[in-house]
Amino acid sequence: MGSISVLLVGKVLPYLEQELDKRYNLFRGIDPSQRAAVLRDHASSIRAVVASSSGGPDAALIEALPKLEIVSSFSVGVDRIDLQKCKEKGVRVTNTPDVLTDEVADLTIGLILAVLRRICECDRYVRSGNWKKGDYKLTTKFSGKTLGILGLGRIGAAVAKRAEGFDCSICYYSRNEKPDSKYKYYPSVVELASNCDVLVVACPLTPETHHIINREVINALGPKGVLINIGRGKHVDEPELVSALLEGRLGGAGLDVFEKEPHVPEELFGLENVVLLPHVGSATVETRTAMADLVLDNLEAHFLGKPLLTPLV
Amino acid sequence: MAEEEEVPAILVLASSFGIDIKSQNPPKYRFLEAFSSNLPLLQFLQQQQTLPPSVRAIICNALKPVTADVIRSLPSLGLVVTASAGTDHIDLTECRRRRIQVVNIGGLFTADVADMAVALLIDVLFKISAGDRFARNWGLSKPLGFPFGSKLGGKRVGIIGLGRIGGEVAKRLEAFDCIIKYHSRNKNPSVSYTFYSNVVDLASNSDVLVLCCPLTEQTRHLINKEVMLALGKDGIIINVGRGALIDEKELVQCLVKGEIRGAGLDVFEDEPNVPKGLFPLDNVVLSPHAAALTLDGFKDSCEYVTQSLDTFFSIKPQVS
Repeated sequence: MGSISVLLVGKVLPYLEQELDKRYNLFRGIDPSQRAAVLRDHASSIRAVVASSSGGPDAALIEALPKLEIVSSFSVGVDRIDLQKCKEKGVRVTNTPDVLTDEVADLTIGLILAVLRRICECDRYVRSGNWKKGDYKLTTKFSGKTLGILGLGRIGAAVAKRAEGFDCSICYYSRNEKPDSKYKYYPSVVELASNCDVLVVACPLTPETHHIINREVINALGPKGVLINIGRGKHVDEPELVSALLEGRLGGAGLDVFEKEPHVPEELFGLENVVLLPHVGSATVETRTAMADLVLDNLEAHFLGKPLLTPLV
Repeated sequence: MAEEEEVPAILVLASSFGIDIKSQNPPKYRFLEAFSSNLPLLQFLQQQQTLPPSVRAIICNALKPVTADVIRSLPSLGLVVTASAGTDHIDLTECRRRRIQVVNIGGLFTADVADMAVALLIDVLFKISAGDRFARNWGLSKPLGFPFGSKLGGKRVGIIGLGRIGGEVAKRLEAFDCIIKYHSRNKNPSVSYTFYSNVVDLASNSDVLVLCCPLTEQTRHLINKEVMLALGKDGIIINVGRGALIDEKELVQCLVKGEIRGAGLDVFEDEPNVPKGLFPLDNVVLSPHAAALTLDGFKDSCEYVTQSLDTFFSIKPQVS
């Protein structure tokens, strides 16, 4: 298989890059000028693209690769990939569901606790020597609060299961109500936001869910409400979020993703009611390795004519 | 018997009792907020124009000790109300000698303390505080190089002290698919978790140790070098009990040398002093004994504190 040409267009775990290099004829096209050079010389031989949350093939790139057979994404979210174009051209697409569900759910609870209980601020308080001047102030209890989940898919359900261990009430919004669910359904995001203490964004990013967290939703969540985004930065109207936090219209936020990563709005740095993470959602050793193996196994299955493990298209 | 004409003076040693109690009209009690003063007790009372014998009750929490000296300075002290699960910060022997009632409302904060234990554990495993520091310093390059965390599912969690708090910690971590084990003075027949009669054995068979037991002569420095080495290089210690449960000097050494993977600490041997050796480390999360400091907890507790005071002061003082 060393003669099969594969194009890498997003940042991935070094282990994955090394394995791709070993097994295939790997071309790196993460930065635009690199990609342009590769396309100039090798566009007609590339049979597979490896994508990630930081980069994926849009319609133009798919058009430029006449021999493209498969896009394998090192992520569960595929908003960077033009799925419609792939369908049209008969290009298969795989992602990495399930392996990261638990970790993302764990991190979500960790983020909620970090915001409500001011864990990061407390840690700063101790390290700066401020504890010698006085005890820390009262924070907000998590147990027993109402959690609103936007998108009750695998990750949303895993978050709900963990929150139940804290005696939280769970409610949700989904495109369609889930008849088997024991949780309370709200038919709109604004109603969900009005009726919960913590709102967790756990749905895929699509044109419909772009900026699904807007000014109206943020105001409905309110001065005591907390927003947790472990989805995609573009789920949230970021300038609206920032002004709501600065003006006190929103109680707090825990963010693992941002609209223009790696850019983080600087106005957030001075706020004690936010926790900011550098997109670590699935960043545990075990998960990233499992994700890498899924990418490799899907590619191998495809080129051996076997069924794909986790196909989306 | 003489009626108490003066509004009773209550010595408040805990900084978080300012809510609601103060908004009584007319004031039933006069709260002397000693927590914000650096003066020694007797000088403070003098400054408040209060004679020591008029202080008959204290409100406190685990952050300020009610020592024998404090008790002896207040000859009419009859009630100590503490908002903490533990009572090791109160000289109970002196209280017994003087027949001072000690009311412990710590049970109201059980969930908060359990929440803190889980918060610290997830933070250490996923490097949340370290990540927050990192994100606030982001340059232009995407930090895929930020060190990875480790998943909770499947981790063996050894709880030391399976009382109310330990039980609530266990319940929460089960929802994350952790495997719960424990060490307690006695085995609990109503739980299915694996019991270890020996702490070193528990440590050898755990990935995480969560300390939820009281501080007594038997549990002082329970977590020593032997236990930490048995826990091992991938092990994490979470302490929401008392600082002195751990040999702190040894802990710092083990963390610095990588003999254990990390720690989440809400309590320390000599609060508010924290060993400076911990400050440069990214594998520890430090908290200023804040496990029970939530608004919700305190709103609930105000009712109980008020009840305790009302009950105590409606009992007329005996004339001996």
